[in-house]
Amino acid sequence: MTEGIAERLAAIAASRILILDGGFGTELQRLGLGEADYRNADLAGHEAPLKGNHDILALTRPDVLRNLHDSYFAAGADFASTNTFSATAIAQAEYGLAGSAPRIALEAARIARESADEWSRKTPAQPRFVAGSIGPLNKTLSLSPDVNDPAFRAVDFDDVYTAYAEQIRALADGGADVLLLETVFDTLNAKAAIKAALDLFEGPLDPMPLWISGTITDRSGRTLSGQTVEAFWHSIRHAEPFAVGLNCALGADLMRPFIVELAQIADTLVSAYPNAGLPNSMGEYDEGPGETCAHLASWAREGLVNILGGCCGTTPHHIAHIAKAAAQIAPREIPRKPAALRLSGLEPFTSLAAL
Amino acid sequence: MTFANFINIGERTNVTGSARFRKLIEAGDYPEALRIARAQIEAGAQIIDVNMDEGLLDSTKAMTTFMKLIASEPDIARAPIMIDSSKWEVIEAGLKCVQGKAIVNSISLKEGEAIFLEQAKAVRRYGAAAVIMAFDEQGQADSVERKFDICARAFRLLTTKARFPAEDIIFDPNIFAVATGIEEHNDYAQAFFEAVRLIKHHLPVARTSGGVSNVSFAFRGNEPVRRAMHSVFLYHAIRAGLDMGIVNAGDLPVYDEIDPELRQLAEDVILNRDPGATERLVAAAPKFKGQKPADKAEDHVWRGLPVADRLAYALVHGLNEFVVADTEEVRLLARSPLDVIEGPLMAGMNKVGDLFGAGKMFLPQVVKSARVMKQAVAHLIPFIEAEKEKSGLAQSSRGKIVLATVKGDVHDIGKNIVGVVLQCNGYDIIDLGVMVPGERILEAAREHGADMIGLSGLITPSLDEMAQFAAAMTRAGLDLPLLIGGATTSRTHTAVRIEPAYSAGPVIHVNDASRAVGVVGALMNPAEREGFWQAAKTELADARAAYARGRETRTRLPLAEARKRRFVPDWQRHPPVIPARPGVHAIAPWPLADLVPCIDWTPFFSSWDLAGAYPAILTDDVVGPAARTLFDDAGVMLAKMIAEGQIEARAVFGFWPAAAEGDDIVVFADDTRRTGIGRFHTLRQQIDKAGPAYALADFVAPLASGIADHVGGFCVTAGIGEDARSSALIAANDDYGAILGKALCDRLAEALAERLHQRVRREFWGHAPDEALSPSDLIAGKYQGIRPAPGYPAQPDHTEKATLFRLLDAEARIGVQLTESFAMHPAASVSGLYLAHPESIYFGVGRIGRDQVTDYAQRKAWPPATAEQWLRPILAYEPE
Repeated sequence: MTEGIAERLAAIAASRILILDGGFGTELQRLGLGEADYRNADLAGHEAPLKGNHDILALTRPDVLRNLHDSYFAAGADFASTNTFSATAIAQAEYGLAGSAPRIALEAARIARESADEWSRKTPAQPRFVAGSIGPLNKTLSLSPDVNDPAFRAVDFDDVYTAYAEQIRALADGGADVLLLETVFDTLNAKAAIKAALDLFEGPLDPMPLWISGTITDRSGRTLSGQTVEAFWHSIRHAEPFAVGLNCALGADLMRPFIVELAQIADTLVSAYPNAGLPNSMGEYDEGPGETCAHLASWAREGLVNILGGCCGTTPHHIAHIAKAAAQIAPREIPRKPAALRLSGLEPFTSLAAL
Repeated sequence: MTFANFINIGERTNVTGSARFRKLIEAGDYPEALRIARAQIEAGAQIIDVNMDEGLLDSTKAMTTFMKLIASEPDIARAPIMIDSSKWEVIEAGLKCVQGKAIVNSISLKEGEAIFLEQAKAVRRYGAAAVIMAFDEQGQADSVERKFDICARAFRLLTTKARFPAEDIIFDPNIFAVATGIEEHNDYAQAFFEAVRLIKHHLPVARTSGGVSNVSFAFRGNEPVRRAMHSVFLYHAIRAGLDMGIVNAGDLPVYDEIDPELRQLAEDVILNRDPGATERLVAAAPKFKGQKPADKAEDHVWRGLPVADRLAYALVHGLNEFVVADTEEVRLLARSPLDVIEGPLMAGMNKVGDLFGAGKMFLPQVVKSARVMKQAVAHLIPFIEAEKEKSGLAQSSRGKIVLATVKGDVHDIGKNIVGVVLQCNGYDIIDLGVMVPGERILEAAREHGADMIGLSGLITPSLDEMAQFAAAMTRAGLDLPLLIGGATTSRTHTAVRIEPAYSAGPVIHVNDASRAVGVVGALMNPAEREGFWQAAKTELADARAAYARGRETRTRLPLAEARKRRFVPDWQRHPPVIPARPGVHAIAPWPLADLVPCIDWTPFFSSWDLAGAYPAILTDDVVGPAARTLFDDAGVMLAKMIAEGQIEARAVFGFWPAAAEGDDIVVFADDTRRTGIGRFHTLRQQIDKAGPAYALADFVAPLASGIADHVGGFCVTAGIGEDARSSALIAANDDYGAILGKALCDRLAEALAERLHQRVRREFWGHAPDEALSPSDLIAGKYQGIRPAPGYPAQPDHTEKATLFRLLDAEARIGVQLTESFAMHPAASVSGLYLAHPESIYFGVGRIGRDQVTDYAQRKAWPPATAEQWLRPILAYEPE
């Protein structure tokens, strides 16, 4: 079954550019939901405020998530990403809901699965897929939150590993087809998630395709934890991801050089889903669908990408534009890279096999 | 990207190997321990080995703490880490702290296959490469057979049962101490070399490594002897194929510069030449202890001069033999080590500068002088640092310049010359090497507070990289001067593509190394800078205007019309010859001595800015003496390359059934010409002139003609081993030797292309079996058939090399690789097609129109923008 997924995705990706959905958090904010929407009978007496804990909506307002998935599929998306960016024990601990994380992830995956299955029935020529979203966590393994103690970490590898393992099992149980490690700003967190996934695939879970999307935080071209794009790729290549890409933090114009670089070095599919520009002084994203789409379509024409979508501030309108434009353009060809010992610190180190 | 042949792994952050590091860790002095890590990187370690295996330490905790601290130090964390422990739990603790891709050192079969495989799978899932020690259930391997057998068994297990990628496997076939007094130990170094050779031969993708300091364990306390042993050991180990070693980076003498007596003694021991070798080294060792390399007792007249004059003499004449001793002598007399630089050394260099400015000295001599200067300064730096620490004074420099060969390009002879010349004029040069991404250049410029940036490149795609970099400088808000140099760069390209992308600072095209000093001096001088910039701007604006005028008049033939004017060879008079040896063949190594007569020396001199044709240049009134010295030095080095076998030349070539199809050449699997295995795309001239509008495809018979034709292809290199050789020379401050070596390898590669083509014509294809031409006729190209190279005028598209390399399997067969810009690495390589028809000629495609670009893009299955990108230098129009 799951091996079927990998093959089906590969076959589709060879013929066209795949489309991921757009922003979730920003769309949910637009709906103007109130504290009551983030609670149900079980949570009525929960002390901490829950408004803004978008992931909990899987339990309290499944209809809202279902509608949003439906809108993105209607816009032409091939993938729904589950509303589980923060559905880990570590992230939910902020709301006092660490123990509910697996249930949130499972329900959210189920909602996306149902939507995908219905759309696959409606448009059999375009099967739809569920990408189980795995966020970066609010605590990081490579950076010390205490300036006076650079060796201090708020979490350790085993905590992060356990939290991700729990989330991955729940996403798989809820029906996710692939795992999307997204908005990676600390590669070590992502490596803990990869280790968790690969260990599970050796044991209780059937292997699932992995998709890893890093975040370059500014024009310097580095992740928050300091790696260059190529160093990041070397650090995660052992996951043998079916796709690698970049998302969030930057709008398309600023993301471009890093996608160009990734397209050159990655011997797998390349995905890109930037924000709708940079936020304005009000924290809103105001790049219109036409504008975002123009950037992404030009990348596609240059042969840089295999999967396109949107991150913060993008809407079903954005995705509809992107899907329409991308349908006309051939996907990037995956380059073959010579065997080499590829290592990295913050920077890449490559030693080609000297024959 | 860092390209390295031999990889230096820093050994000083190891509690078992460094007493100093152990004491710091035991005392919890992590800041000082981090300083050791940083010092190794500064000394040239590309990876650092961290080992906390000490009985009294909580190794897991120490590893974790140190790794987390390294993560917060970007100058250290930029390099990959080697997590070194014999305890799995310590390794795992280290793996849990590194975000990069590290190397685990080590795992082995010592506890059986099950545990080995389990650990290997875990290493893979943590995302690391692994060193596999030659150690199995029976113990650590000491014989060649056991070393190899264990590695082969581990390789099989890893690749079949753990899905471990072969390229992430690094074998350590155990370096043990020699000269211990136990006879069985005498052959340990030889056994290591032999095991490395076997591993590299049978398991070619896997790497080899070892802890080099082990070999000299018997001589603890006698550093000069240990260093000599390490250097001799590495010299032979690298020749056997050792890829990396754990070494004291920055503290290895160059093999050639070891006291000859000590080198001989060490070599006898390492190579176990005779049973008395150990005894001789042990007996002689005390006399080397604490001794610096001895002066040769040669009697030179100039040695009788006062010491400051001796330094000036050595600088002007490029003599480095006594420079360290003389510098030390002056230092002892001087008030401060800085005074030595600012006094006698600068006086000597000023004299060099004057002579150079007056045209009495030439580049090769200046580069040789710079070598002397660098070695003198290198000797003084520790003293200057010590003084700086005392006084807190910063050292002054005339300016800092970041130099780089752009991403995708590997050519650096010109850049190195410019760097050295500027250095000896008092500038700080931060040379980032080759294939440097723009982002790293910007970063280095920021980090070092650079005063300007110099870019170099030789192949046409580098032109685009430079324009992109200029745009990136604008985005980064910089206003530094940008210097552009390299063989394909031009004032026009700088004017049309680069300057418009960057207007905040001066953009200067520096077309030869001799101009660099003047340009940099003008830009650094506040009084001159503005005027110089304005003049440069005007010059570039003129070039742009001229270019625009040129375009307006540049009408192109429509492609359809040009195709009608195709060249049709006389197939009746010259029917195609069937190749004598169809298929693909490799000759590796190709003996270097065979190539010497085919060397075309004229370009060799021009790479050093010495103008004139060989051999007349040797007796030229002006440059003759400089050319002769350079030629003599080249002769000595060439003889050494041939004798020592550090450089290897290799060739691969093939012939295939082929037919023209439109402007393409289709290559077929066999003579039925039914199954295509490749397609070469060629470009057609569109200039409106009398005579044919050529494309290379014209020289191959079309399928419809029914004439059975063939094409050939080749790739040759004379650069195998060149990287290691030049890095070692540069590490010893011998830029002159490094540049000379590179220039020679380039010449040898060209000579091999010439020599191979000759044999192709006479034997391998055999279309001109009776040809008898002299070497000078060969160089002049007086032969039948052509060997056009992708990226050159007859086919300016570098990407065509991809097809050629695939058909030849050039990377696997002779180790030549293509970069993302389709430059060949090693740089001293040549590739091309063979077309045999006697009417085949070399021509230049010239500028092409949009119609051909669109057509070409379709044939290559490219978006039109991609075609415009790769063909930019020859577009007859302005792309959108």
